[in-house]
Amino acid sequence: MIRIDSVTKRYPDGTVAVDRLSLEIPDRSITVLVGPSGCGKTTTLRMINRMVEPSEGTILLDGEDIQRQPVTTLRRSMGYVIQNAGLFQHRTIVDNIATVPRMLGWGKQKARARAAELMERVGLDAALAKRYPYQLSGGQQQRVGVARALAADPPVLLMDEPFSAVDPVVRKGLQDELLRIQDELGKTIVFVTHDIDEAIKLGTMVAVMRTGGHLAQYAPPAELLSGPADAFVEDFLGGDRGIRRLSFFPSARLELTSDPVIPLDATAEQIAAPDAPYLLVTDADGRPLGWSAPRDLVAGDIRPERLLSHGRPFVPGTDSLRVALDCAVLSPTGWAVAVDTGGRVTGVVSQATIGEAIRSAHAAGRDDEKVAG
Amino acid sequence: MNGFLHDFFDIPSDLQHSWIGLVGLHLREALLPVAAGLLLALPIAQLCIRFRWLYPPVLGITTVLYAVPSLAFFVVLINYTGQTELTVMIPLAVYSLVVLVPAIVDGVRSVPQETLSAATAMGFGPLRRYFQVQLPIAVPAIIAGLRVATVSSISLVSVGMLIGNQGALGNLLHDAQIYNRPELTWNSVITTALLAILVDALLVLVRVLLTPWMPSGTAGRKQAPALKDAAR
Ligand SMILES: Nc1ncnc2c1ncn2[C@@H]1O[C@H](COP(=O)(O)OP(=O)(O)OP(=O)(O)O)[C@@H](O)[C@H]1O
Ligand SMILES: [Mg+2]
Repeated sequence: MIRIDSVTKRYPDGTVAVDRLSLEIPDRSITVLVGPSGCGKTTTLRMINRMVEPSEGTILLDGEDIQRQPVTTLRRSMGYVIQNAGLFQHRTIVDNIATVPRMLGWGKQKARARAAELMERVGLDAALAKRYPYQLSGGQQQRVGVARALAADPPVLLMDEPFSAVDPVVRKGLQDELLRIQDELGKTIVFVTHDIDEAIKLGTMVAVMRTGGHLAQYAPPAELLSGPADAFVEDFLGGDRGIRRLSFFPSARLELTSDPVIPLDATAEQIAAPDAPYLLVTDADGRPLGWSAPRDLVAGDIRPERLLSHGRPFVPGTDSLRVALDCAVLSPTGWAVAVDTGGRVTGVVSQATIGEAIRSAHAAGRDDEKVAG
Repeated sequence: MNGFLHDFFDIPSDLQHSWIGLVGLHLREALLPVAAGLLLALPIAQLCIRFRWLYPPVLGITTVLYAVPSLAFFVVLINYTGQTELTVMIPLAVYSLVVLVPAIVDGVRSVPQETLSAATAMGFGPLRRYFQVQLPIAVPAIIAGLRVATVSSISLVSVGMLIGNQGALGNLLHDAQIYNRPELTWNSVITTALLAILVDALLVLVRVLLTPWMPSGTAGRKQAPALKDAAR
């Protein structure tokens, strides 16, 4: 665990970048520092690997003051990833990644083998190994940056706005990749960003900082969204935080119904039986074809091309309530279609039912908070 | 034609060298000062980078020295080092400093801040960072400086003719006059120019070999400003 204990950083020109900050960063999880520009995120991060020395206070790593070990040793045990990657332009990709292992005295062969392994892990084609940084796209360079930081298998990873210089599509890919890698490796990651959505997506814990280097709130993302500590945090979270919070509720417990689901070769009785304004027609494999009002359906002559689009379906096991709600909102009938991972319909659910689930989830969330508090 | 060629390469005996001998001598007198200049420029540049306030005065001093005509330099030095090669080479070394110090400083400073931060964060000490990151990345700028320094050094050696025939190929100019043999003037001018072009091409080749990491399209462009600056 990294423990930041009432740390203050005053730069020589008098700027107080961080003001009596205390933070406990749990092991094997992603802790995000988020806040507006100039609020002291980078300064805080750099105090952890002593690129910036605190003016007051201490930082403990596994209970020991980080001042106690040689600074280069400390840094080599912490991977560091920055915006634009900061790759060594004069070294090949494989040599960039092998930098820290080589410094730690690994043989050339072993270091390169390790680099190749990491390229695969971060999703880089092995053919890129002998290239130079200028021959890579921004997203690829960023992956190299991550691989380089992981090379010596450090327990801690410090990341300073690593994905903010790439376009939104690439950024999403990199974020998903980071979550996957984190699932596999379980590093202690401190991640700096000014993008609250990124913070909420990646963070196990999120520290919201405000200008002047103060900690405004430190909480898991769902808690942040449900109970911002003050107006600043609420404002920083932005609009529709109620909707965004739904990302943290699973859709698995939604009550599905398969009454309005009929096959393509449905009989007249099957069409007439359900007491529903719309019916969902499925193909022989159970995949959704589309919606229709019962009166528009003729048994034995259901034409898939005449059906209303069924919209995007959701997968109850994997998707959140937010996705389910989104599906229902976008559906022409107001009903969301649930499918299994194979794409076969498992049932449908109305906006009203989803609304019910949201209310009970919020109620449960409040109870949790009461218990925790 | 044969006769002309024979005359062209018939070096008067008072120069005590064959044509090839003069070429070798010329290269030595031109290149040794540049090499010495580089050795001196590296630590000076490093000091200028470390202590920012040092750079403007250093730049000022070297520029003033550059403004001293070579002849004046020679005349002063003769009192100490006599009519020797050294008298020619010392000013040339000083001149190359003027070009090389800014080239190295600019080159090292051009290393992106992110690269430096990354190196520090990975546990590079200052020395390791200088030799493994900053210097290699400054190589293109340093070689651009070396190109200017060597070419001007090669042309300046000839002035050494004025101090007891220490001008290598430049001495041919003097002989062309006293023996009334204009082809020796041509020899001096053409050979010196060819040497300059060859050495320059060689340096470009070294750069290409040393920096496979440079985008090939921008290689020339990136150096152009440094070259122009230095040539002024
Ligand atoms: N070396 C320095 N000397 C003086 N002041 C500094 C120095 N570095 C940062 N600061 C100041 O400290 C404050 C915090 O800077 P810091 O870089 O930690 O902010 P940040 O949260 O990372 O901002 P951003 O999101 O823009 O990167 C700012 O007001 C900045 O101007
Ligand atoms: Mg920052």
